[in-house]
Amino acid sequence: MNAHDRARSVAYQRRKRINILALTLSLGAMVFGLFWLFWILWETLRLGVGGLAWATLTQMTPPPNEAGGIANAIYGSFLMVLLATFVGTPIGIMAGIYLAEYDPKGWLAEVTRFVNDILLSAPSIVIGLFVYAVVVARFKSFSGWAGVMALALIVIPVVIRTTENMLQLVPSAMREAAYALGTPKWKVILMITLRAARAGVVTGVLLAVARISGETAPLLFTALNNQFWTSNLGDPMASLPVTIFKFAMSPYENWQHLAWAGVLLITVTVLGLNIIARVLTRHKG
Amino acid sequence: MSSSTSASPSRTGAWFDVLFGWLAKGAAWLTLALLASILISLLVGAWPAIERYGLGFLTSPVWDPVQENFGGLVMIYGTLATSFIALLIAVPVSFGIALFLTEMCPAWLKRPLGTAVELLAAVPSIVYGMWGLLVFGPILAQYVQTPLQKLFSGVPYLGALVSGPPVGIGILSAGIILAIMIIPFIAAVMRDVFEVTPPLLKESAYGLGSTTWEVVSKVVLPYTKAGVVGGIMLGLGRALGETMAVTFVIGNMNQLNTLSVFDAANSITSALANEFAEAASGLHQASLIYLGLVLFFITFVVLTLSKMLLLQLKKSEGAKS
Repeated sequence: MNAHDRARSVAYQRRKRINILALTLSLGAMVFGLFWLFWILWETLRLGVGGLAWATLTQMTPPPNEAGGIANAIYGSFLMVLLATFVGTPIGIMAGIYLAEYDPKGWLAEVTRFVNDILLSAPSIVIGLFVYAVVVARFKSFSGWAGVMALALIVIPVVIRTTENMLQLVPSAMREAAYALGTPKWKVILMITLRAARAGVVTGVLLAVARISGETAPLLFTALNNQFWTSNLGDPMASLPVTIFKFAMSPYENWQHLAWAGVLLITVTVLGLNIIARVLTRHKG
Repeated sequence: MSSSTSASPSRTGAWFDVLFGWLAKGAAWLTLALLASILISLLVGAWPAIERYGLGFLTSPVWDPVQENFGGLVMIYGTLATSFIALLIAVPVSFGIALFLTEMCPAWLKRPLGTAVELLAAVPSIVYGMWGLLVFGPILAQYVQTPLQKLFSGVPYLGALVSGPPVGIGILSAGIILAIMIIPFIAAVMRDVFEVTPPLLKESAYGLGSTTWEVVSKVVLPYTKAGVVGGIMLGLGRALGETMAVTFVIGNMNQLNTLSVFDAANSITSALANEFAEAASGLHQASLIYLGLVLFFITFVVLTLSKMLLLQLKKSEGAKS
């Protein structure tokens, strides 16, 4: 073996070593990432199941060191998420329709797309500030409606994004065939394209529901919190995330137990919704 | 798009057609109006504080609700420092995960692992926050901070960096929790971006005898540079605006006495979360809204940059394929 060959073989060994090092590190990163995931989920499950009891689901939030549950918070969350979805979804779908069907290349669509991306990742606490200024400050009271509005504002960009993407996947031939039959545009959109993209649009709505179910920040100073059961959206309203926040930060043990139970409920709900959404689109594609 | 050429409205549905079109257009306008009104309402709400302090607000470290004297430096520093720590940890790890998923992972594992990463990105931040406060914080204090304090006691600078009571809250905890939170997020974007690289390019490099690492570092990375940076910026935007994961563990102290990463501090979002509902309307509230405006501005810039970078990749992809 001459010197030249030896140098090459050394270089080759070096390249191989670097490669192995890089790949090991990458494997390490994967393990590192999954490690946290399992740790967090495991603790949530372990501590959450401990706090979960029938009373947790049926009783009101207790004062410190007394028995109770988080029924009012669950109900409040459910009500606000439901209403926010009903308010936000039609607006999101209509705007998505505009972006995909009316003028996809026009300036309004370009600007809307950009603004929508900003809204999609805007800090949710800023949305809370906005609703506070517009609703709470004006009516001089924290209210369930303010919470609904804050959550609806988070739903809209998520739904716009998925609706647009899903409508764009519908082949143009379908639209053209419908137009050729003399179908008016609204009917083409509602009966043909939106129907073809149904699974995707539903997925978007589910993802939006999953997102707002866990949102805490926008509710902190809109819906605030409430110790009691209320169906009156004009009053401050308890929600699961805000209750968890309050209870987890407290030094009282029973509150912390309830908080863990609440966290488990939220995690299961959010992950469940995400998995359903995934199954829906996979079925399609 | 053929759809943009509108069909001539038939006589029967003509009025509804027009109405539907206006509704759709109205919804698009509403989205624009939303952003505008968020900006305007924040500006109006913050005006008393802007008028009083001007830009000096950004550099003043005093936050005294009793004396009604406000400055945002402590919170702005907290937000930037936690996000910086988060990126420091999250970027290499996410890169490793994306590399693993695109180049190393056996095909049958690709989907479950990819799904796990994406699901992790969907876990609500309050879960991370609570876990950080009640599980991770104490562990960090016991097994990291205490030994470090022993090690660095007496050393100038480094000793100050780890001082503070060992309770596991502060900038470092918040940064780590944020990192865990944004890792799946950045990793998912990076993976998508890596997969944009044309297989032909990669195969050519492999054909010349490159190792996997050489293919990634000399072919995939240069090709997807803009997208990778865009993904990182997207994660940064999330870290900056995150509320719950930070509020639980940062300690909510409006003082900047030490440089210690283990001392209680504050961030913009956690100041808002803790003080806003109780703040008396007036200068205190206006100052908090001012902070919100600063946060919105920072994230706006970061997100705009990220979007432009990601778009750039998409464009070059369109041109080359």
